[in-house]
Amino acid sequence: MPFWLEIVINIIFAYLTSLGFAIINNVPRRVLNLAGISGIICWLIYWLAMQANMGRLLANLFGSFAVGILGIIFARKKKCPATVFYIPAIVSLVPGVPAYQAVRELTAGNLNCASDAILRVIIVTGAIALGMLLSNMCVEIFFRIKKIYK
Amino acid sequence: MGNENEKLFYQDLLDTCLKVGELMIEGGSEMYRVEDTMIRIAKSAGETDPRVFIVPTGIFMSLDRGNYCQTIQIHERNINLELVDRINSLSRSFANQELTLKQVRQEVNKIAQGGYPTFPLWLQVLSAAIASATLMVMFMDNYDWIDFPAAAVVGALGFISFYYFKHYTKIKFLSELVAAIVMTAVAVGLVHIFPQMIIDKILTGAIMPLVPGLALTNALRDLFKGDLLSGMVKICEAGITAFALGGGVGIVLKFLGA
Repeated sequence: MPFWLEIVINIIFAYLTSLGFAIINNVPRRVLNLAGISGIICWLIYWLAMQANMGRLLANLFGSFAVGILGIIFARKKKCPATVFYIPAIVSLVPGVPAYQAVRELTAGNLNCASDAILRVIIVTGAIALGMLLSNMCVEIFFRIKKIYK
Repeated sequence: MGNENEKLFYQDLLDTCLKVGELMIEGGSEMYRVEDTMIRIAKSAGETDPRVFIVPTGIFMSLDRGNYCQTIQIHERNINLELVDRINSLSRSFANQELTLKQVRQEVNKIAQGGYPTFPLWLQVLSAAIASATLMVMFMDNYDWIDFPAAAVVGALGFISFYYFKHYTKIKFLSELVAAIVMTAVAVGLVHIFPQMIIDKILTGAIMPLVPGLALTNALRDLFKGDLLSGMVKICEAGITAFALGGGVGIVLKFLGA
């Protein structure tokens, strides 16, 4: 499959995923489209970082960092809480595969593989949370500096 | 008489604030935002030092005058972002003095009785199906299109069974367990009919609308922000949800031996 087609597929699917989760979680109608767009950007950054062999932790951190910044920008633009954008966008980073693997290995009795997968879940969730915190911090610092130089 | 009026005012203010906090927690807001909103409402009503203590299962609040301390218990916590948005804009317009306390109270009661738009069930099921299928393709790097429709069907069925079983039981984890059992049974059946499908891939996608990954991320964010108690409670809830889903999948796979 050519590279550009992969990118197109990833963009469309990331948009659809975020939109789907936005509808399940009852996001306000006026921000549905923006939630999908932040989902696209989050997933593209994660996916490109994974293609560049940066490793799971860094890729998740970058992805959630982008979501944090975008969420705050969109929230200021649309005057609604930033969580509205975080939840649909972050869903494609959430460690669903390792969580499923952990359970599967547990039921099969392979405790070593299961504990590996559980550790991976913990590391990825930690990376996501850390990325969002870092983005919040950066935005706060940015506004403080802007205030000083006004 | 003035004393009596003051008492009524404090009672009204406390009721409004507690109801607002309850609705926001039920909508899945972060803890610091709930605290901010409640304190903002109390301060715009003229209180100088409102005190709030929030955990995901209940709220305590007292004012610096009026000798009142009241509490409210919270039984269910979902993610409902429309609710959070409504309450947030309500508190904002109260702080800008576009609404009086009485109007805010009426609006909050209206929202609490379901006066906010929701998406129709068929649209929610459709979006659960789309999200399951697309997430399956995105997670698995090799773009297989055989499992794509299967993940959509199984995801939709899981969501429907979760939605309907939720009304029959008060225990949320039980409905997740039932949804997982339904999903795995259907997936095993599909693999039996079409042997070229892979059950692991189907279930990975289909289970995503119910997986507590979001709850876990929110819990960690609360922890890092310093709301230690709320973070631990939410982590506990997410862990139990994960075990309910995993238990459902595990039981069926053990019995049907896929």
